[in-house]
Amino acid sequence: MPMREDPLPALEVRNVSLSFKGVKAISDLTFQVERQEICALIGPNGAGKSSLLNILNGVYVPDSGEIVFEGEHFRRMHPLEAARRGIGRGFQNNALFSGMSVLDNVIAGLSRHSRATLVEEAFRLPRARGEERRFRERAHEVLRLFDLERHAATLVGTLPYGVQKKVEIARAIAAEPRLLLLDEPLAGMNAAEKQEIAAVIARLNTELKLTIVLIEHDIGIVLKLAHHVVVLDYGRKLADGPPEAIRDDPDVIAAYLGSEHAEIAA
Amino acid sequence: MSMFVETLIGGLLAGTMYSLVAIGFVLIYKASGVFNYAQGSLLLFAALTFVTLTDQGVPAFGAVALTIALLVATAIAIEKLLLRPLTNRSPMTLFMATLGLSYVVEGAAQGIMGSQVRALNLGIDDLPIFLGDIMISQFDLIAAGVALALVVVLSLLFNRTRIGIQLRGVADDTRAALSLGIDINRIWQIVWTVAGLVGLVAGLLWGARQGVQFSLSLVVLKALPVLIIGGFTSIAGAIVGGLIVGAGESLAETYVGPFLGGGITSWFAYALALVFLFIRPAGLFGERQIERV
Repeated sequence: MPMREDPLPALEVRNVSLSFKGVKAISDLTFQVERQEICALIGPNGAGKSSLLNILNGVYVPDSGEIVFEGEHFRRMHPLEAARRGIGRGFQNNALFSGMSVLDNVIAGLSRHSRATLVEEAFRLPRARGEERRFRERAHEVLRLFDLERHAATLVGTLPYGVQKKVEIARAIAAEPRLLLLDEPLAGMNAAEKQEIAAVIARLNTELKLTIVLIEHDIGIVLKLAHHVVVLDYGRKLADGPPEAIRDDPDVIAAYLGSEHAEIAA
Repeated sequence: MSMFVETLIGGLLAGTMYSLVAIGFVLIYKASGVFNYAQGSLLLFAALTFVTLTDQGVPAFGAVALTIALLVATAIAIEKLLLRPLTNRSPMTLFMATLGLSYVVEGAAQGIMGSQVRALNLGIDDLPIFLGDIMISQFDLIAAGVALALVVVLSLLFNRTRIGIQLRGVADDTRAALSLGIDINRIWQIVWTVAGLVGLVAGLLWGARQGVQFSLSLVVLKALPVLIIGGFTSIAGAIVGGLIVGAGESLAETYVGPFLGGGITSWFAYALALVFLFIRPAGLFGERQIERV
């Protein structure tokens, strides 16, 4: 487990339920994420994992329950509020601004730190100009961190999928989030790309001390990467604990890991 | 030959006036996926406000400033009262809302400021100038210059500023923009304000040409074929579309009109748009919609 400097958990999900037109997507879910840990949400398709991320950054409104983020209680999050409080988000299949350059995407990621007013920006007053220069420098720093500097001027839509994923994470990181939510960051990648992105995620966690909640189907990588695993099935929590415990949990093996478990144990 | 060139140039210059109107639609369509039927009413509203103020003796500069202030307030009101409550509704719902809005804006503008035709004098002499033996309308030339300047300013806004980056971000992927803390409501206010300002420029030029009156709001009907030809999502498309419609209309009137007994300008643009719908439904510069089924 990572070192804890603060006893308060980064995030608590308390008795959260969500339904769509009467169909339960999440039922009375409770778990917590410690500071600076990587928490993986696993479970079959339709288990409610993406719905949960959508609740955490305010896209969905839960029917009941509450979210506690850094000690503050929320009945619901608003997307803007979530972003401003430092909840960053990566999407399944990416949600990049594909018609824009890599650099502009990352600059857009800095939006939550903007302090200049509209009037200052429109007339390019000193504060807006200074901010613009700082944003540009900061964006280049982030690109260097992700080894994307050479793609700065490239249109995102023309890059290979694996590189786009890195751009998406870089854009989220530019905002200096306090909690990063990633929805299947490794999906659709080949083995080498998966290793690279997994290494990026691990570095963000150790070097930037970032708390990360991610959804991932590749159990082998999850067990290596995560400090904490929450298993969902039909919107309910099936198991919750360190990866070693999850791997050996008979319920999880029966419901989810199935035959794959044999490979991992081998 | 010189008659052909003259007709062509006259048509192209007139086409920039269509482009001006079409750009207002493109801005809003790009940022929020709404076809804003009220763009014509906003244009009328802007021109009517300006004329009313100058008729009251307000100097032109002050009248422009006051009109702009009113357009900003209108954009904010539209966002708060109309767009925000209808967030996540279908494009058709939003279209119907803008249809309603157009009646409200038109009715209010004419109710308060009157519905008689007003002359608008921008102080531009409409004397023709001659390049060799080719005659060009000075007014059209200035209007085209204004349109060009406006496009340059808009492209600087979109490509060189952080507001522009946010605007393009919202246009590209709203969900991602929200997750980055981009205030979409504010972006909509800005876009509607900019569309209102474009409407003001177009309204003043069209108003100077044909008088400020109700029919000014009908220039939207001319913008529609321009948008179909150029594409709904591209400012460059609005310009090229406007030029094609302007030049096409003017050439058709001169060379085809006599055989058809005239009146060709009233329908030519639509016939041209229909041809484009068959060949290139997304328009010349539009984004082709690919939907997974």
